[in-house]
Amino acid sequence: MKARVHVMLKDGVLDPQGEAVKHALGTLGFSGVEGVRQGKVIELDLAATDRAAAEAEVRQMCEKLLANTVIEKYTVEIA
Amino acid sequence: MKAAVITFPGSNCDRDLATAFEKAGADVTRVWHKDTALPEGVDVVGVPGGFSFGDYLRCGAIAARSPIAAAMIRHAERGGYVLGICNGFQVLTETGLLPGALMRNAGLKFICRGVDLRVATADSAFTSDWAAGDVVRFPIAHHDGNYTADPETLARLRGEDRVAFTYLDNPNGSMEDIAGILSANRRVLGLMPHPERAVEEAQGGADGMGLFRALLGGMALV
Repeated sequence: MKARVHVMLKDGVLDPQGEAVKHALGTLGFSGVEGVRQGKVIELDLAATDRAAAEAEVRQMCEKLLANTVIEKYTVEIA
Repeated sequence: MKAAVITFPGSNCDRDLATAFEKAGADVTRVWHKDTALPEGVDVVGVPGGFSFGDYLRCGAIAARSPIAAAMIRHAERGGYVLGICNGFQVLTETGLLPGALMRNAGLKFICRGVDLRVATADSAFTSDWAAGDVVRFPIAHHDGNYTADPETLARLRGEDRVAFTYLDNPNGSMEDIAGILSANRRVLGLMPHPERAVEEAQGGADGMGLFRALLGGMALV
């Protein structure tokens, strides 16, 4: 079973890297970009076969390591 | 005083930190990230600067989940002293021993230079050599030193007099110019600037020695 975790900065937390990317896009002539937020995608190959159990375990992984919940939020997709 | 200095893969200020503790008169043991216990009778744990685990995932994130970090957390929970500098500060926030997080510098650049800091409180074993308001100069060398916390945390740090150092001229976008903070029991200090790189005049200044001198003199028995 595969899981995909998206980690993003929480709304309201300033993202200096996203701002830099937005600025660079503007420099390239993409004038309509009103905001850029940069995050991470983490793909996991899991031995688990039970979907609900796998999701619960990945959420624990997020809480304990994959995301810093002081500044980041995450979503989990099980595929 | 017995000090233990941790080395993670990618630490690069561990020797400087050990040397600073020794210069202040401490008996220093070096410990490895895979060690599961601290040496018997350790009073203070030093978490050094560097790029532990290549800054993979987030700065300090992997180090904060290493076996020695679990021993360090137990030490802190028993009331032991912990000093985290630069990457060490990032590790301490990742363990939750200190609140908030250190994000990419607002200007996105790695900054390496001396900075002037205000000693924001003298009420800690780390800062008792100074008076609140004193200005000291330590080097900084970081890419992710932009201290961030929610408004409640910032209010609590302020209200409990737990901001240890602030920047006079904020180099990295840190909220409220915060350069270093204390735990609620005032025995865990994390700071981005490097006092251990300012312990001899040959390094361009010896202001950092005040921190190690104070710690050795002012530490209550654990």
